[in-house]
Amino acid sequence: MNAARGEDDRAARIEAVLRARLDPVGHLRISDDSARHAGHAGAREGGQTHYTVEVVSPVFEGLGRVARSRLVHEALAAEFAGGLHALALALRTPREVQPG
Amino acid sequence: MSDTQATVFDRIKGEIAANPVMLFMKGNALFPQCGFSARVVQILQHLDVPFGTANVLESAELREGIKAFTNWPTIPQLYVNGEFVGGCDIVSEMFASGELETLLGEAGVLKTGHA
Repeated sequence: MNAARGEDDRAARIEAVLRARLDPVGHLRISDDSARHAGHAGAREGGQTHYTVEVVSPVFEGLGRVARSRLVHEALAAEFAGGLHALALALRTPREVQPG
Repeated sequence: MSDTQATVFDRIKGEIAANPVMLFMKGNALFPQCGFSARVVQILQHLDVPFGTANVLESAELREGIKAFTNWPTIPQLYVNGEFVGGCDIVSEMFASGELETLLGEAGVLKTGHA
């Protein structure tokens, strides 16, 4: 969060889109892994290419892994079109994260 | 669909028909050129299953074609018996839970005696 204003834009957009699309969202964590991939294919100057997103939402109930990911991919289609290169996803329902 | 895309789709269909376990990746099994692709290769090698690979870095048409074919925006992409299984996250999760081994066993590609 020390990044200069503007560098967190994609993370902020991802968060806003997912909160709206996967409402209600119980847990949402977005980390920008771009720096770890600097110099790799797909990495760009200025970063904002590689992210990990964890979401817990009842919207995923009844959906398999591929369907859950597609829901997120479709919500973020504009970001993929705009340079988002890699998105690691951990998508769970509230039931799946309940202890026991 | 453009002619080029139709050609690429035919190539993809051919690859997944010819290889019960088929991985579309960056680089090849010996020299993966992406950490996510490398992870999936490592898992398949660990499970000791034979698998085919196609290097999307060798062809822009293939790289865009496989994304459109699967309706999946990232590489790697794993197919088992013609069915899309997932990318690195899904394959890793299924490996950790044992589901991948079950799937590969049901697909008849695990070597006998490999538990």
